[in-house]
Amino acid sequence: MAIPLLVNGTEQRVDASSDEAVLTVLRDRLGLTGTKYGCGEGQCGACTVLLDGKPVRSCRLPLGTAIQKKITTIEGLAQGDRLHPVQEAFLRAEAFQCGYCTSGMIMSAVALLEKNPRPSSQEIVQHMNGNICRCGTYPRIVAAIRDAASGKR
Amino acid sequence: MIYMETANSVFDSEEQQHAAIQRLSYAFELQRRDFLKVIGGGVLVCLAVKNAVTQESGHIHHGASDEDLLQSIAAWLHVSEDGTVTVFTGKVEVGQNIRTSLGQQVAEELRVPLSSVQLTMADTELTPFDMGTFGSRTTPIMGRQLRTVAVAARNLLIDMAAQQLHTDRNTLLAAYGKITDPKSNRTISYGEITKGQQLTRVIGDDPAETPTSNWHIAGASTPKVDAHAFVTGQHKYTPDVVRPGMLYGKVLRPPAFHAKLVYLNGSDAKKISGVKVVRDGEFVGVVAHDEYTATKAAQALRAKWDWPPQLRDSQLFDHLRSKSEQGSGEHNLHVTGDVQKAFAAANKTLTKTYTVAYIAHSPLEPRAAVAEWSSDKLTVWTGTQRPFGVQEELAEAFRIPKPKVRVIVPDTGAAYGGKHMGDATVEAARLAKAAGVPVKLIWTREEEFTWAYFRPAGVIDIKAGATSEGKISAWEFHNYNSGPAGIGTPYEIPNQHIQFHPADSPLRQGSYRGLAATANQFVRESAMDELAHELALDPLEFRLKNLTDTRLRAVFEAAATKFGWGREKSSPMRGFGVAGGVEKGGYVGTCAEVEITTRRDVRILRVVEAFECGAIVNPNGLRNQIEGSIVQAIGGALFEAVHFDNGRILNPHFARYRVPRFSDTPQIEVEMLDRKDLPSAGAGETPIVGLAPAIGNAIFAATGIRLRSLPMIPQGLPQSENVP
Repeated sequence: MAIPLLVNGTEQRVDASSDEAVLTVLRDRLGLTGTKYGCGEGQCGACTVLLDGKPVRSCRLPLGTAIQKKITTIEGLAQGDRLHPVQEAFLRAEAFQCGYCTSGMIMSAVALLEKNPRPSSQEIVQHMNGNICRCGTYPRIVAAIRDAASGKR
Repeated sequence: MIYMETANSVFDSEEQQHAAIQRLSYAFELQRRDFLKVIGGGVLVCLAVKNAVTQESGHIHHGASDEDLLQSIAAWLHVSEDGTVTVFTGKVEVGQNIRTSLGQQVAEELRVPLSSVQLTMADTELTPFDMGTFGSRTTPIMGRQLRTVAVAARNLLIDMAAQQLHTDRNTLLAAYGKITDPKSNRTISYGEITKGQQLTRVIGDDPAETPTSNWHIAGASTPKVDAHAFVTGQHKYTPDVVRPGMLYGKVLRPPAFHAKLVYLNGSDAKKISGVKVVRDGEFVGVVAHDEYTATKAAQALRAKWDWPPQLRDSQLFDHLRSKSEQGSGEHNLHVTGDVQKAFAAANKTLTKTYTVAYIAHSPLEPRAAVAEWSSDKLTVWTGTQRPFGVQEELAEAFRIPKPKVRVIVPDTGAAYGGKHMGDATVEAARLAKAAGVPVKLIWTREEEFTWAYFRPAGVIDIKAGATSEGKISAWEFHNYNSGPAGIGTPYEIPNQHIQFHPADSPLRQGSYRGLAATANQFVRESAMDELAHELALDPLEFRLKNLTDTRLRAVFEAAATKFGWGREKSSPMRGFGVAGGVEKGGYVGTCAEVEITTRRDVRILRVVEAFECGAIVNPNGLRNQIEGSIVQAIGGALFEAVHFDNGRILNPHFARYRVPRFSDTPQIEVEMLDRKDLPSAGAGETPIVGLAPAIGNAIFAATGIRLRSLPMIPQGLPQSENVP
């Protein structure tokens, strides 16, 4: 039975089991591979997407619980050619190395700034602590988020 | 000579350490006509190294008809009729940012904007053979080779322009992808010059480069060339590759290492719609139309295994010492002077044992592969540091000639030395062969933590002697199993006995960023601190007193100055530590400040690191590598360790294997010394080695507790010194 989903503003129907993780639905059934598998355990944040604006680990999110909710992925952030301010800030700070954690980092950061447009460094660290960057670009990510926040003033 | 000659260099080749890369043959499989077909018209310049052609190095050889030549080609570069420059290199991009820094160097020498340079990397069918991306060799070797090719291409284009403009080549100027005759003010673009041509030149490895002091594009901070694709989620890593008709695979893993399959029942798995069970000897896997179903099917397999009793981690260090080579070969031994005599004459001696745990690379992109057979040819996409090594692994596994295997490496979600092997590709290819369609296999995090290899654990004995004036007189250093990289000492010590003892490792082990330099320099720099304490000398002063290497002195001094070394004294709640070293042509000096919390935990407050690796190619890229190395080093220094018992990994999850997070990150200040007068060395590894000893020394300065095991505080600070 096809399950209706609202992904990046577009209605989609996917033929999948309701206990399948949203992560593989996005990646393998909808071709939205910007959201990454990192651990499948909700420990690394690489799979972070927004569910009605809140950051969730899509690897632990059963498809059935996402029905009727708005899913936003990294592919849905830019408005046409105009990048989201957080994406712009990541570019300016070069807040990545291999880039594999970047989608999840950006989605977590977007969620933070939606909730708290002017976070302190401590609040940034606290909010982002569930996202792992093995390349160790944390100081740059904090700087990028501060930069994006200052642009929002 | 590429590497700086240090006491280390007798040991430090990565091939020596790991069988993983010992079986390579130097080979180039593609016929010249094939790649000319691929790239079309224009001008192609190839760089040949290491054989007859280089005897006439410096000359441009007309017509590379000799197929033998191709055996030795290291890189090539193509200028197309539309002016696009494509560079072909077997190196891989794993986040160290060489797609940008190599492009900068080509753009510099070819006098074109960086935006017109494309790099085709790590595709066994399109790029020249390359041993692998490791050992910090890309910048010193491939960078130089690509500059050489670019210079030759520029000279060739100038020659051609001179012919077409009927003028003397020496009057012509190359800039911005064009050649201008200042006298007539005529300009001709590279693309126009190459129109209608299909020219090939093979040159020797004899650089005639722009002096680094004249660099404009190289030497300047340059954003990652394809950064946009990463912040928009558009970059396709291996797990993102999709092929027509592709299925998803899972492999049945044994419950323990060295287990033998004694019973398998796949009937429940086969009942699941669309599932195929594949068995070939000990290998068992499933394929299905989606990952979800493949996972369910793998869980439905019923298997029984037998496995031999195996060690637990608490027995590890005794095992390594007892199962080690004592009188190993000369290449593992460095002796100068007479240590025994010197110890007898020393005023102070120190005898200690240090240990290091196995740690996991845990790159965020797990091992993965997409494999596709078309008739007898196999194409594989995978994240690996050794595309040609993986090609060979696959050719052997499936008993097919290497030219029948194509390995393509998309820019990869990191490696840190952990992606030398092609296990996932062999598995995916076996499943794809059985399925008759392409198969994607992505290792789970648990598989990644279990079936990948680890940074070697080790035991290190150090005995040191010093005179009452604070001069080190004797140094005896034995490393059991962890490795020989960085095992030497940069200090002036007349009597040395330094030895690496290979040992039987209970876990599969291999390369790791910086190799054993992290362990060896942790021990050396901690022991230096212990000696300084015994002699009641300031740790920095003691080091400088025994050090003549001006490059190493410079980074120590730069770090100390920026840090404000000596401005404040350590107290029970706050400690300051210093450490440094040289490895793979990089010089590092690190100062750290730690806070001892009331709950007896350690918080790193501030790290200042000075780094020097010759002429800097991309300052912001280098800074990123140094910062990242410092952050990554925190894990191995303080809390990362692989726990195991009887063939099982006990903590194969991020929830139980702690890696550095945002909250572990101190204030980091980086000082980069740009030596434009020296060749560029690689910098992806060595900045990692300074942190652990600087932290250990800072903890000692605060508490008097000397921590001699990596990781140092997996469970917080001990109450007293942990003498092994």
